[in-house]
Amino acid sequence: MVEVATPRTRSWSTPYVAVLRSRIRAQRSYRLSFASEVVSAFVVGLVELAEVWLIFRTARILGGLDLDAALLLFGLSHSSFALSQVLFGHLDNLPALIRLGQLDAYHLRPQPLLLQLITSDISLRRFARASVSIVALGVGLVRNDIAWETSTVTLLTLTILGGIALFGGMFVCAAGLQFYLIDGSELTNSFTYGGSFAATQPASVFPTPMKLLFGFAIPVSFTAYLPTLALLRLPGPPLLPAWLAWLTPAAALWVWLLALVLWRSGTRHYQGGGG
Amino acid sequence: MRGIPEGDGQRAVGERFRSAVALYTALVGAGFRRQWQYKLAMFAGLFTNSVFGFVRAAVLVAAVDAAGDFGGYDQGSIGAYVWLSQGLLGAVQFMGPLGELDDRVKNGDIAIDFLRPVDIQCGYLADDLGRAVCTFLPRGVPSVLVGTLTFGLAMPATPGPYLLGMVSVLLAVVVSFLCRFVVVLIGFWVVETRGIRLLYYTSGTFLAGLFVPVHMFPSWLAAVAAATPFPSILQAPVDVLSGRITGAEAFSVVAVQAFWVLAIGIAGRVLLAAGRRRLEVQGG
Repeated sequence: MVEVATPRTRSWSTPYVAVLRSRIRAQRSYRLSFASEVVSAFVVGLVELAEVWLIFRTARILGGLDLDAALLLFGLSHSSFALSQVLFGHLDNLPALIRLGQLDAYHLRPQPLLLQLITSDISLRRFARASVSIVALGVGLVRNDIAWETSTVTLLTLTILGGIALFGGMFVCAAGLQFYLIDGSELTNSFTYGGSFAATQPASVFPTPMKLLFGFAIPVSFTAYLPTLALLRLPGPPLLPAWLAWLTPAAALWVWLLALVLWRSGTRHYQGGGG
Repeated sequence: MRGIPEGDGQRAVGERFRSAVALYTALVGAGFRRQWQYKLAMFAGLFTNSVFGFVRAAVLVAAVDAAGDFGGYDQGSIGAYVWLSQGLLGAVQFMGPLGELDDRVKNGDIAIDFLRPVDIQCGYLADDLGRAVCTFLPRGVPSVLVGTLTFGLAMPATPGPYLLGMVSVLLAVVVSFLCRFVVVLIGFWVVETRGIRLLYYTSGTFLAGLFVPVHMFPSWLAAVAAATPFPSILQAPVDVLSGRITGAEAFSVVAVQAFWVLAIGIAGRVLLAAGRRRLEVQGG
């Protein structure tokens, strides 16, 4: 009697974990190209930080924030964006999958398409980019005069988790739209990458339509600008008062609501790659 | 174009020259028409350019207001800098459409290009010029219009900066192509060039002055930027077109661009020759 070896724990996540493991192994096997990707991703983070420094070095105070406050802003927005990109960034490849007809293979498997795509890859190099912003966040937290209380820690946790979820939702929104805009993937970059870029800036410098856009429609202000105001006990401009920072989870929910609607309508619209 | 009889040198040279002009003109046309097919992609590019333009313009205008002296920029000239650079971004790409060549280097199909009667570097350059020209009407000009209507740009009133600016933009497109060509050729020696391309894109856009003008760099960083071809790809044409620099200064910036065309052009040819020796073609 030969018993078939069964994995000790078998849950819904087993296939996804197996795929992720193999992806990580695959990336480590080409050492030189992996090293060059990690170095590049690290440089991306440094360059983004340098841009902030270059502006504040001359302007000193921008939109009511000084360089220390800007570091906090940068650290918050980029940490959550970069971590979200580790999880969701490869959804950007959807147009290529659709064009090559590879998406159909995913459709054949008895698991939710979105979950399969999200777990289809994990880019280790993106942690390098995240590391720069996490250091910036640390420096920002130390150099600013922050009153450390339980509420501060709660707000910080809500902000980071909410920020990762919010940016993740934006990647899914973009992916949902890709089914309609195969050639126009750059259009959706304006939500994801443009949104992340806008999140790094002090929103008080925006004219009113942009405050409304990035404050409420694509609510990236919740990922960093509003929490920065709240942590530094600054009042914030009209339209964007600091207490809104506590509503980051609600903003993330709003983005995910949009994301699931767009994803559903996109997958329904999809007719298959043919062939 | 083969089969030109030996001897009768005068006529052969003239004919060869004419057929070469016809060939490269046709390649420019093909690049133009290929790009023209992607109308949605170009609208998407314009839209993204505008979103980034709005954010950059809002931040830099506020920075100009906050700082007493922001690299000699005022409200109008910082607007011109932001929107001209957004408008040029489609033509002078940093992440190029050389993806096709990238694959051909990787899978060895470039061996076929070596056998063709078209010079590889000049052929792909012609194609890229056609692509770049095609981005101006649907992407470049509207970007500048969007900026003019929303922020108000300070643009020169005399024709001089525009004429020299066109030369400068052309040189910028050529420098950008030649740099990307060199990056792609590294693929002869490295299997996966994604990391190198990302490094090129990141340091390139930064040192070209895309997000913060090169004039705002501290002197050591400005020296680093000046030692690279990147300012010639973006800051130079923007400075000439916006009339920030005029007269002899403008001509010297254009001369620097021409220097980089030569230097990187030669580097590309050397790499191409070395890569050709390195290339292993399998099959039978």
